[in-house]
Amino acid sequence: MAKLTIDGIEVEVPNGSTVIQAAEAAGVEIPRFCYHERLSVAGNCRMCLVEIEKMPPKPVASCGMPVSEGMVVHTDSEMVRRGRRGVMEFLLINHPLDCPICDQGGECDLQDEAVGYGRDHSRYDENKRAVGNKDWGPIVKTVMTRCIHCTRCIRFSAEIAGVPELGAVYRGESMEVGTYVDKPLSSELSGNLIDLCPVGALTAKPYAFTARTWELRKTDSIDVLDALGANIRVDARGAEVLRILPRRNDEVNEEWLGDKSRFSVDGLKRRRLDKPWIRKSGKLQPASWEEAFAAIADRLKGMPGERIGAIAGDLCDAESMLALKDMMSALGSANIDCRQDGAALDASRREFYLFNTTIAGIEEADALLIIGANPRRESPVLNARIRKRWVAGGFPVALIGEHADLTYDFEHIGNGPAALQSLADGSHGFAEALKSAKNPMIIIGQGALARPDGAAMLAAAWALAVQFGMLNADWHGFNVLHTAASRVAALDLGFVPGAGGKDIAAMLGGGVDALWLLGADEFDTAKIGAETFVIYQGHHGDAGASRADVILPGAAYTEKPGTYTNMEGRVQQGFMAVSPPGDAREDWRILRAISAYIGHALPYDNFVELRARLAQVNPVFAAVEQVRRLAGTDASGPVAQGAPGDAALVSAVQNYYQTDPISRASPTMAACVAAHYTVVAEAAE
Amino acid sequence: MLNDADRIYQNLYGQQGWNLEAARARGDYAGITDILARGRDPLIEELKTSGMRGRGGAGFPTGMKWSFMPKQSDGRPSFLVVNADESEPGTCKDRDIIRHEPHKLIEGSLIAGFAMGANTGYIYIRGEYHNEAERLQAAIDEAYGAGLLGENAAGSGWDFNLYLHRGAGAYICGEESAMLESLEGKKGMPRMKPPFPAAMGLYGCPTTVNNVETIAGVPTIMRRGATWFSSLGKPKNSGTKIFCISGHVNKPCNVEEELGIPLRDLIDKHCGGVRGGWDNLQAVIPGGASSPILNKEMCDTQLMDFDSLAAVKSMLGSGAVIVMDKSADVVKAIWRLSKFFKHESCGQCTPCREGTGWMMRMMDRIVQGHATLADIALLEQVTTQVAGHTICAFGEASSWPIQGLMRAFAPMVRARAIDYTPALQQAAE
Repeated sequence: MAKLTIDGIEVEVPNGSTVIQAAEAAGVEIPRFCYHERLSVAGNCRMCLVEIEKMPPKPVASCGMPVSEGMVVHTDSEMVRRGRRGVMEFLLINHPLDCPICDQGGECDLQDEAVGYGRDHSRYDENKRAVGNKDWGPIVKTVMTRCIHCTRCIRFSAEIAGVPELGAVYRGESMEVGTYVDKPLSSELSGNLIDLCPVGALTAKPYAFTARTWELRKTDSIDVLDALGANIRVDARGAEVLRILPRRNDEVNEEWLGDKSRFSVDGLKRRRLDKPWIRKSGKLQPASWEEAFAAIADRLKGMPGERIGAIAGDLCDAESMLALKDMMSALGSANIDCRQDGAALDASRREFYLFNTTIAGIEEADALLIIGANPRRESPVLNARIRKRWVAGGFPVALIGEHADLTYDFEHIGNGPAALQSLADGSHGFAEALKSAKNPMIIIGQGALARPDGAAMLAAAWALAVQFGMLNADWHGFNVLHTAASRVAALDLGFVPGAGGKDIAAMLGGGVDALWLLGADEFDTAKIGAETFVIYQGHHGDAGASRADVILPGAAYTEKPGTYTNMEGRVQQGFMAVSPPGDAREDWRILRAISAYIGHALPYDNFVELRARLAQVNPVFAAVEQVRRLAGTDASGPVAQGAPGDAALVSAVQNYYQTDPISRASPTMAACVAAHYTVVAEAAE
Repeated sequence: MLNDADRIYQNLYGQQGWNLEAARARGDYAGITDILARGRDPLIEELKTSGMRGRGGAGFPTGMKWSFMPKQSDGRPSFLVVNADESEPGTCKDRDIIRHEPHKLIEGSLIAGFAMGANTGYIYIRGEYHNEAERLQAAIDEAYGAGLLGENAAGSGWDFNLYLHRGAGAYICGEESAMLESLEGKKGMPRMKPPFPAAMGLYGCPTTVNNVETIAGVPTIMRRGATWFSSLGKPKNSGTKIFCISGHVNKPCNVEEELGIPLRDLIDKHCGGVRGGWDNLQAVIPGGASSPILNKEMCDTQLMDFDSLAAVKSMLGSGAVIVMDKSADVVKAIWRLSKFFKHESCGQCTPCREGTGWMMRMMDRIVQGHATLADIALLEQVTTQVAGHTICAFGEASSWPIQGLMRAFAPMVRARAIDYTPALQQAAE
């Protein structure tokens, strides 16, 4: 620890800290453009200049200056103010003063600091520099004349995203940030460049000229487009969600957000179900709630419980799934399932389906085996965390399954389950790496579970975890990588077939006479029996709705308060940002209303009571925002059925940009697909 | 005048051969094994006692620089990097050393590498020195062939490999940390200090970067002794230095002279005097493009060494003396330097990236006669906003010529602006 004085405040910080960090600890704010605590230090903006006593009489960049014992720092001396004013003037002479039409206006670091250090007039009489804009694809809009060359975007791409495609070309005042040959940014995290850019050089292309930041109503929420549970802020104006930004949560998403989660927002306005529909003589006709309820009650009347089934989709909140489950049991049905993809998730013990190491816990691991997953596509922010650990060194990674660019080096053991055997019998060299590791971890993806031999794969992966000492009192190295935001909560609620109940495979093909789809679109709806009466409750006109006999318009995640449990078992709550469109209602209200209509009124009249019931069903729902790593003390594994087959493992997510009804409705995501997956786009045409 | 016997560079003008045989005849590599046998610390001590200061421009004591290198490796190798990216306008001393005395540089590299515990040395030569690079490579090959480099170099028991790396023509790559970036294959942009190269240099390992002339001088110091070297020149400015005199002199030349020689002696005795006589002298840039200009009054008595030039707020720099007689447009000359610095700024940090262009454009307007007195004051103020606020010394290098002009030729610069005033009034009428 080193003790130093900053503006008369004594502060003690660890050795190796920089002066800017010490100032932060002392509560002294130092303006900065290029410095970012999650990126390497560049020291090029020169805005964070401070004066340090007993040093050569010139200001020092505090971001790169290591602290030393007894240092005396002044952050507001005449020398410092002059230095910063000079830097600010230099930054502004070639910056277009187009703030009135700049999307960064109102949340621009340069604007903010100009208030403190800018001049009241310009002394620059020469011509200003203009730089041609670059085409970086459908997400990032560039206005390169505004660039102040802080290189945050370059460092983010190279260091965090692991896709080093940005750089600076030319030199001096001709320096330009770019990809050299224009191309769409290929990182799934490219939207974060927009947040990182301290000025308006990189802004969101889909959001361009949409709103001024001060018009927006900001609501905290949880992202549902992958299973990470990224903390987000939903910015809305009136009834319209305009953009989604990440919120900082160091244990989940740090401050990053995947492109799909950020830019699918325009999908919330398209293909929406805003009124009930009833299928009459083969065609869906608009209807009133009363008519829709009557049609449902009519069909369900006298139907035995075992002929009714329910499937919960990937984006559901825990409350609506609980309401549906309660209604199904009131109807006498045990036919419920949340595993649309048929994944062999074992709900009998929580550690069988959680990401037990925890997301932040990845940083404590020292070896990783990935089975049947592509973390980059299934959860890019989680992948960034793996990369962060990999960059720190001493982290061998191996992959069994589809080879892909994961942004870090790994050993590709094999494509099929046979590779598991080569680890189990120690014939593959990576077994040694796992054996010698202190905290090894396994990630098994849905690609390995959603297949006929899924249960055997799960059991085999668990057996490997046991064999290589991944389970002990302080460490749990067995991890299931989920792709659906609702899945863990559904499993926690027991949204799986009860005693004698049918699973999804059994419900399809005429296994039930009435099927309730709660936002369930990710399975082949053609397999539903021709005579089955399908009720689709959800927010988008997607696969489920097109097969439905009655459509009940529900609310998307931005339009309802909801509880979501992420893959590591963290219970998080989102708030309602806007109202659902048209006649659409919050899902639990719909279920509460229909339950009363058919004579099985659910025992809660308001959301508070529903939440209380949630905690009663499973106490984990009471521990909001808390996650405790389970102790891996019980080595007995999930029940294996048969042995793994020999089919090659493929990732569950082949197209990152379109995985759910919201992203499929999003023009921005469609543009991303066109930019990045040319093969997919052509096939769709 | 320096005694011929005291010249380090006996073949500066290339009258003799450059190759190993000729170099040996001049005494290079004589007793090299014995010199290395003295051990690391005595060599560094000897260099410290000699008072050798870096010949690249900053004049940092070389022995002290070497002593910053770790005595005991922590597992990382140490590196020697020789700065042959001689790009300072007006400077051509390293070029002639490499052309005519390449073995001095190679021998110096071996001694330096041994003294600082480096098994590997890199010579970073500017890309434009194509023929010189070929000759230096030929000399290195000769040295390898004679067992003076490589495993058990010169029978010392020390392994020393020397590699030649050609730059791509960027002035900033002569800045030591930008040079290291460039050597690593990255864009040549200076690094923040600390950490200094001696702690974290090339590939994150302890590194010392020395100028060609510094390194090439070392063998002679070791052979003739620190006392000999420090007996030349002035206290704290000891030894000899190659001056590159160009511009309006009758015989522009490179010449090795004692530090502290009067500027007038340098020009009159070695260069045949200023064109048109001493009284026709208008200005001298004493140490390369970045050193502040001197007017004639200053030149009359100026001594050429680090401290004497620092005393008049100029600097010895690389020893490139640029002489201008009364026919020169001094303001335009400085504008040209501003243009050079604007062109060569790496663009990394704000004050230099934005400031060099601004300064150049204001100089441009002064030269064109389109500047007001207020503009001139603004220019002077802007130079102070650049100097001292940048990552590397380029901020100073680009500001000092203008500041020097404003100090030494203030009335002449102002006259340019005042000249413009009547025209402005006419236009307004």
